[in-house]
Amino acid sequence: MVAKLRGPGMTRAALGTALGIAISYVIIFIMRSWYDLDPVIDGFAVLELALFLSPIGFLIGLGAFDYWFYWAAGKKTVADDHSSHGAHSWRDYFKVNTDHKVIGIQYVVTSFFFFFVGGLFAMLMRAELAQPGRQFVDTNTFNGLFSVHASLLIFLFIIPIFAGLANYVLPLMIGAPDMAFPRLNALSFWMLPLGGIMMLMSFAAPGGSFASGWTAYAPLSVVAPEGQVFFTIGVQFAGASSIATALNFLATIITMRAPGMSFFRMPLLVWANFSTSLLVVIATPFVAVSQFMVFFDRSLGFNFFEPVGGGDVLMYQHIFWFYSHPAVYIMMLPGFGIISEILAVKSRKPIFGYRMMAFSLLAIVVLGFTVWAHHMFVSGMQDWIRVPMMITTAIIAVPTGIKIFSWLATLWRGVLHLDTPMLFALGFITMFTLGGISGVLLAIIPVTIHVSDTYFIVAHIHYVLFGGSLFTIFAGVYYWFPKMTGRMYDERLGKLHFWTTFVFFNATFAPMHVIGVQGMPRRVADYAEQWAGWNLAISIMSFFLGLSALLFAYNMIASWRGGPRAVSNPWRALTLEWLVTSPPPIFNFDAIPTVVGGPYEYGVPGAVHGVLKGAEIPQPAGATASGAGHGSSARDKE
Amino acid sequence: MRRERARDEKTPVLWMVVHGVIASAVGIAFGLVIEWFPEQASTQAGPIDHLYDVLIWTSVPVFVTVSIIVLFSVRNFKMRPGEEQLDGPPIHGNTRLEVIWTAIPAVVLVVLCSYSWVVLNDIEEAQANEMRINVVGQQFAWTFEYPQAGGKPIKSTQLYLPKDRPVRFYVKALDVIHDFWVPAFRMKVDAVPGIETKYRVTPNRLGNYPVVCAELCGLGHSVMRTTTRVVTEPEFDKWIAEQKAPAAATADGEVDPTKQLFAEGTGAATACGSCHTLADAGTQGQAGPDLDETLPDKDAAYIEESITAPDAEIPAGFQDGIMPKNYRDTLSAEELEALVKYLGEVAGK
Repeated sequence: MVAKLRGPGMTRAALGTALGIAISYVIIFIMRSWYDLDPVIDGFAVLELALFLSPIGFLIGLGAFDYWFYWAAGKKTVADDHSSHGAHSWRDYFKVNTDHKVIGIQYVVTSFFFFFVGGLFAMLMRAELAQPGRQFVDTNTFNGLFSVHASLLIFLFIIPIFAGLANYVLPLMIGAPDMAFPRLNALSFWMLPLGGIMMLMSFAAPGGSFASGWTAYAPLSVVAPEGQVFFTIGVQFAGASSIATALNFLATIITMRAPGMSFFRMPLLVWANFSTSLLVVIATPFVAVSQFMVFFDRSLGFNFFEPVGGGDVLMYQHIFWFYSHPAVYIMMLPGFGIISEILAVKSRKPIFGYRMMAFSLLAIVVLGFTVWAHHMFVSGMQDWIRVPMMITTAIIAVPTGIKIFSWLATLWRGVLHLDTPMLFALGFITMFTLGGISGVLLAIIPVTIHVSDTYFIVAHIHYVLFGGSLFTIFAGVYYWFPKMTGRMYDERLGKLHFWTTFVFFNATFAPMHVIGVQGMPRRVADYAEQWAGWNLAISIMSFFLGLSALLFAYNMIASWRGGPRAVSNPWRALTLEWLVTSPPPIFNFDAIPTVVGGPYEYGVPGAVHGVLKGAEIPQPAGATASGAGHGSSARDKE
Repeated sequence: MRRERARDEKTPVLWMVVHGVIASAVGIAFGLVIEWFPEQASTQAGPIDHLYDVLIWTSVPVFVTVSIIVLFSVRNFKMRPGEEQLDGPPIHGNTRLEVIWTAIPAVVLVVLCSYSWVVLNDIEEAQANEMRINVVGQQFAWTFEYPQAGGKPIKSTQLYLPKDRPVRFYVKALDVIHDFWVPAFRMKVDAVPGIETKYRVTPNRLGNYPVVCAELCGLGHSVMRTTTRVVTEPEFDKWIAEQKAPAAATADGEVDPTKQLFAEGTGAATACGSCHTLADAGTQGQAGPDLDETLPDKDAAYIEESITAPDAEIPAGFQDGIMPKNYRDTLSAEELEALVKYLGEVAGK
């Protein structure tokens, strides 16, 4: 037992959590007796401090800081200590692990856990909304459900699952043995579930969970019951995780590319994550600040957002959206990368206009910082800023359009393999176009004055984040499933999953455009009788949409356990991750690969992207491509 | 190794253009037939709805173009049996095409933005003879103030507007952010604590239209609704005159302070009438129970408890947590006593 408590792991993490709570009691006791406050122990004060200290205690106990502590204390450390690298049993997934492949799977599985929880909350909301009036939940619970639904799916699903997929495949794609900072990588991951668990725990708080929306507008969030701090602090952990990962990606991409891989030989997924990481590093501190300010207002009586005390209510929205608009691109650009990989491979053609694809990503990064106030057209901010923001918002559709048209041109005259990843990619192109169109409508100020805060917004954001981001996530998970698990998924179930998702997604969210313009406000548990028919239909469709997600869950679990073994390169792709076995060896490459050409040279006779020197690893499909010998894919060799 | 495929040789552009035009026409027709907007009850509604139609005209062909290319590619370039090892032609790009699909959307968007700017200036333009109305939002009710030349403003929980008279709303919030929206007018703005926000409308259609709070403001957000009544100018003048001789005035012309307290509140206490209907005070709030229905046959102790500890008993169909729990602090003991007495006397009468 003592050994267990001394060594890193879950037991010591539990002890660390308890210690964090104990220290919170002590600090609050000391501070409040110092100021002669009554009572000396205030439950909420302890809770709020413990929400910071116990997760840190957990992380220390788990061992996320061990190496750095040893190093700081002058103890003997080995820079190349690989003792916590790689997974040999399922238990290694519950430890601090420095292997990017293990961390990638930790991320993906954790994110999907929160995906299903968040989706379940959506089902509860739709059950309540099936009829006007109140049926299943009271308003407080309802407001909590949509707040936690959005927070989980944004901060604990879309953003981290992209980080997780990239964590797994990005080092492989650039021919690196791991990420630049493996220990930071492990810490980044472990901060994430803490944020998510905190948000879920808020339902146990007195007064219910946080219920001021994922936007947590002040002053509502300042005066809200105690559940609000679970969001305020939970976001700090999710955000810190996100920033650390982004720094890690930047360092990895800049310094660890294989010999020969110039920036313009990088796969577009790498470009996409490079752009996303720039956005995260610059923008995410702003959401952290906005929530810290709310926290200080609540807990310490600051007056950032209290007009009577000289505060400014609109300031919150400016800081918040300065992060949260770029966040939309944080949730979209990695998906663009995934789609570019899949379309090139599955169309058997080079990406059309590779350089413009890369530049348009950077253009979106820059423009993404100039449009935040379009979320505030009716906020009461100064009038003049609206028109410039309308123009930048509309103009950001130009680089996005370049990407869509280039993808379409990539399809043109290709040999389309219409399997599950490709279907999701094509579904993404059409659905994201719809989301983009309603986005342009929302740039148009006179229209937005009418439709802001209505179901039109709900429809738009789901076309962008569900039809957009989630479709790319499904595409990416199916595409790299063989690489990550070493197994093939069930193609028939995958296609069924696509078609059910595609149909019921549209049946659920398309009508919301109409009821929104008709005047149904969002974030309401109850609504006027005139929308009863539409809402019932939407609710029924949404339940089928929920069921379609179960097909995915079943396919993933069953295929991971017992699917047919995957070969190294089932898709005949050129990028480097397909040069190694599925799943890859513990240190990725036995020999460092050399990159000799672009990543998408499909159809070019004899084209090769990268080669492994002096290894007995199967040669890439493209390397042997000459005349009739082209058929010798990796499959034949195994 | 790639092989040219026979079916690639026929240029399919004509097929796509024909199908694209048909699909766009159907899509636009469909988009225009849908009854998107609620009725138009202000001069602002026309230009906004027309702008929306223009956006449908431009959006549908964009979506159709993308979809047609995807569908055509799936139909024509799908991998056929025997093509498992085939690759497409290695086309890396086409500068002319890329310039075209950068320039055309940019031009279209700039034109749309310019047109929208014109519409925006149009709907926000200052009008002669504007009437000022102050709108005050608080959890979970609206109060409307009609400033009177040389007198106290008329306060009401109902919004009466004369037809064809330009109105400018000056919007404030007492607690958290709300949003003052009349869907039939198309215009909205947040009510923000600490600042005054404004917008203009000119109602041009008689009738009753819902007023909605569009910004999440807490538990009662979804019940923070009321009605605006657009009436003729004479009807409006009559209503104003009635308000001037306040409903709170007794037969001998004295103002009943308790009735006034109920209808308008105090500096600290939210007006009861914002949320409750009471015929005697002339209030028609709907967020809370109709006191003419729930209070008759109740004793003073019950009424007092309903005010000071509102969650103790909740009538069916309503929920706890919405009514402020601070009336014991915001009302003086005398005010509270008078209010209980008043309610006991007049409810249901």
